Amino acid sequence: MRNRAGQEGAGNATLFKDIEHLVRLASVIAIALVAFVILRAAVVPRSFGEYGHYRGAAIGEIASRPIVFAGHDTCEACHTDVVDQKKLGKHVVVACEACHGAQAKHADDPGSIQPAKLDTAIVCARCHEANAAKPKNFPQVVTADHAGGVACDTCHQPHRPKIEPGTIEAEKTKTTKIAAEGKK
Amino acid sequence: MEITRRRLLVLLPAAAVAWKFVLAGTPEAAPNYKLTEHWWGMLIDIPKCIGCGSCVRACAEENDVPEGYFRTWIERYHVADWKIERPEVESPNGGKNGFPPDPDEGGKNFFVPKLCNHCADSPCTQVCPVGATFVTPDGVVLVDKNYCLGCRYCVQACPYGCRFINPKTNAAEKCTLCYHRITKGLTTACCEACPTGARQLADLKNPKDPIHEFLRTHTVQILKPHMATGAKVFYNGMDGSVR
Repeated sequence: MRNRAGQEGAGNATLFKDIEHLVRLASVIAIALVAFVILRAAVVPRSFGEYGHYRGAAIGEIASRPIVFAGHDTCEACHTDVVDQKKLGKHVVVACEACHGAQAKHADDPGSIQPAKLDTAIVCARCHEANAAKPKNFPQVVTADHAGGVACDTCHQPHRPKIEPGTIEAEKTKTTKIAAEGKK
Repeated sequence: MEITRRRLLVLLPAAAVAWKFVLAGTPEAAPNYKLTEHWWGMLIDIPKCIGCGSCVRACAEENDVPEGYFRTWIERYHVADWKIERPEVESPNGGKNGFPPDPDEGGKNFFVPKLCNHCADSPCTQVCPVGATFVTPDGVVLVDKNYCLGCRYCVQACPYGCRFINPKTNAAEKCTLCYHRITKGLTTACCEACPTGARQLADLKNPKDPIHEFLRTHTVQILKPHMATGAKVFYNGMDGSVR
């Protein structure tokens, strides 16, 4: 090596003297670097770092999940009669799916998918069963004492729950109450 | 084709544009939704909560939450007279089936719905070793379930106990603030199902959102403010005993 270098021109001999091992080392580092860059490009997802230290595409993936609850605006587009009923009572603030459950499938295909009929003994009691932790101004009853096993919708119309005098519900209430008192 | 200097000068910027397009990745699911125009949070009005469990059931149905795990849950507090630092807290099945009738034992009794606080300076995202959980530009803390290792660092880092490991996917899971709904202009499933309006989705960047008026005119708190998490779930009428 030294001999060969010595045979070449005097200027080059001093500059590239004993450099071959450095070239070898440099080529190893260059190959490692290229391999790293290729591997990194293959392994790290494309959208990583788009917004921060995470996969940006994940935002879109999470956002593309299908909905289950249709939302009351969707319900109200068709069931205008119920909206009119609800406007007259306190249940106007209660969204449809709070009682009727998730209805996105029904909204997509109203013909073939029908919502299940509700059991008022369960649905009404969920909110209105008395509990010390409930706000004091919230209407609460002990259902066993209040109705004695009579279904809530015998007297109350769920979309407009207050019993107005002179309605069919009021008449029903009268008879129910008389029947209940008669038992005693 | 011979590469002349002129051709190279034309080709280089074209290649740069093409590469940028490749890097951009897949487009978003909701094309009209702009990430930078929203900053999501929630308002919880404790005096309105009746503990019916509608939110818990709605959340489980909307997000396919496994039985026995909760992205949102309700706690019933009983604070006996002066024992404000020792409240009795219970949450039977997360309040999913409501709460059994409880005789009035005096003291204070109330419900506290809980969920991920979508912290702006979130401790859970800071500990993730792989970048699988993050705060989106619109202020929602999400988990990339395909990237999550299931190491549970975030589960122990959350000061509010809002995370769990889904036994099916073995990835961390938590409230997404119904990200798939709010980006489509809907409210969250829990807010939709809440019969008393005790939960309200809030867009803090939208000047027309009623949250701003509410925050100005009410004494509103966040949970564990001393931890400086930047929590964005605001509680109105919250008792000092709530942890």
